[in-house]
Amino acid sequence: MNIVVLVKQVPDSGASRALGAGDFTVERASANNVINEMDEYAIEEALKIKEAHGGEVTILTMGPATASEAIRKALSMGPDKAVHVQDDTLHGSCAVTTSKVLAAALGTLNADLVLCGAESTDGRVQVMPHMLAERLGIAALTGARKLTVDGSQLTAERQTDEGYEVVTAATPAIVSVWDTINEPRYPSFKGIMAAKKKPVQTLALADLGVSAGEVGVAGSTSQVLEFAQRPERTAGQKVTDSGDGGAQLVAYLASEKFV
Amino acid sequence: MAEVLVVVEAGVKKVTLELLTIARGLGSPSAVVFGEADAGKLAEYGAEKIYVADGDDVEGYLVAPKATVLADLVREKQPAAVLLASTQEGKEIAGRLAVKLDNGLLTDAVAVDADGTATQAIFAGSATVKSKVTRGLPIVTIRPNSVTPSSSPAAGAVEQLTVAVSEADKLAKVVERVAEKKGSRPELTEASVVVSGGRGVASADNFKLVEELADLLGGAVGASRAAVDSGFYPHQFQVGQTGKTVSPQLYVALGISGAIQHRAGMQTSKTIVAVNKDPEAPIFELADYGVVGDLFKVVPQAADEIRKRK
Repeated sequence: MNIVVLVKQVPDSGASRALGAGDFTVERASANNVINEMDEYAIEEALKIKEAHGGEVTILTMGPATASEAIRKALSMGPDKAVHVQDDTLHGSCAVTTSKVLAAALGTLNADLVLCGAESTDGRVQVMPHMLAERLGIAALTGARKLTVDGSQLTAERQTDEGYEVVTAATPAIVSVWDTINEPRYPSFKGIMAAKKKPVQTLALADLGVSAGEVGVAGSTSQVLEFAQRPERTAGQKVTDSGDGGAQLVAYLASEKFV
Repeated sequence: MAEVLVVVEAGVKKVTLELLTIARGLGSPSAVVFGEADAGKLAEYGAEKIYVADGDDVEGYLVAPKATVLADLVREKQPAAVLLASTQEGKEIAGRLAVKLDNGLLTDAVAVDADGTATQAIFAGSATVKSKVTRGLPIVTIRPNSVTPSSSPAAGAVEQLTVAVSEADKLAKVVERVAEKKGSRPELTEASVVVSGGRGVASADNFKLVEELADLLGGAVGASRAAVDSGFYPHQFQVGQTGKTVSPQLYVALGISGAIQHRAGMQTSKTIVAVNKDPEAPIFELADYGVVGDLFKVVPQAADEIRKRK
């Protein structure tokens, strides 16, 4: 099975994040950039499927030159090769235009199965798999907490607010996964060394038949007008329980009319 | 006045009423119902029209048919905006709709101005932006609990839509829908009170304590990632970076240290209360009221006290 895993480099969600003052795009230059955590679960799932059914795993990333670090991290887990869509004109592209570029890149890769994380920690928009499915005319099984592959037949448990849905599709398809689906492996030393030698193909926008005017800040379908950090929350009252902590808590809740 | 399409989550959730309330500021609300919905309730909250699309072609497949129905409706009615709930499915429908119409979309809005400019909470609620769609009409998904729904009775004229979906919309089939435990509690993202347990709750069995307090306060139950990873509570109740974002009136954190990934899912709550045995736990930095103590003593006493006051 020919599997492509979408990987995104994002600013570390454990640190302070901002939008740049000029064009209000995500500040990446000063951030600690890491592989999107949920993508590691997609890579793990791809490797498990390859181990069970054979095939090849390719990482696909769109991002600036620094995204090559995320690609090496991904490759160190075990995938065979990577494609990096890198073009300065892509800076600031919205989800709609990003999906156009990624769909064009996927068009060159002939995947049976595209895997990705259910969301990225920077945008948390969750729309990419369905946008790509719409453009490519393939099935999208999203929010999977379990995935079974039987020949060309895919069955997933899609997590919902109420519980889950059992959803099925035939390949080619795109599947997004939650972090409940598996436990990603840690890259071994051997894997880290091997990743340095794995092929990474760089594609520019021109290679994909997309014009510069369709992407970037200017080609985007939405625009950020204002950005402001929210004031930090401040600590309120703190009491130490000396036998009546529960009662004191309820007295506070009552004073705020919650009880 | 131009129509504003409001996509109704199955069964008319509270967020639908919030969307109708916001829609009234943008134009004349038209509810779009996939499957069954309480037309009376939609009319009570301002739906002048109620479009209904149902049947196996819509409900038997994942997301795509709903986007097709909606795209056709947008082309026919030329609405001023399309509003959806910022749930997984709401965002997915919006994403497909945006591609179909080559249109912009904005997700996770907490407010929408009359001109379609949206206010969004980003980076886990640590920052706020104002954005607008620059191509096409505003397609905006709105977070539950962003406004207080208010009623404004309208005609609620029901119009059955003819569903014409393509084979490409029927590639992902829904075989089964399975409900898991929630009981009579409100939905996590919609609840005005959320009581969450973390690693300190120490076992799945002990989550009864969290559930008991939630029930006494009429709230939903949440869990931190540590609690979910330890198998204490199911993932769909996880609050934080890789789970749900909640913004209730009251958030009660029990045995939760308050790692940044957890704060990501709850720091826009109006009032935050925490119980933790570690006085240095970061959760106290954002709690309006904190109790340093053993939750197994503090919580049962609080529960008793609430019962006494009722």
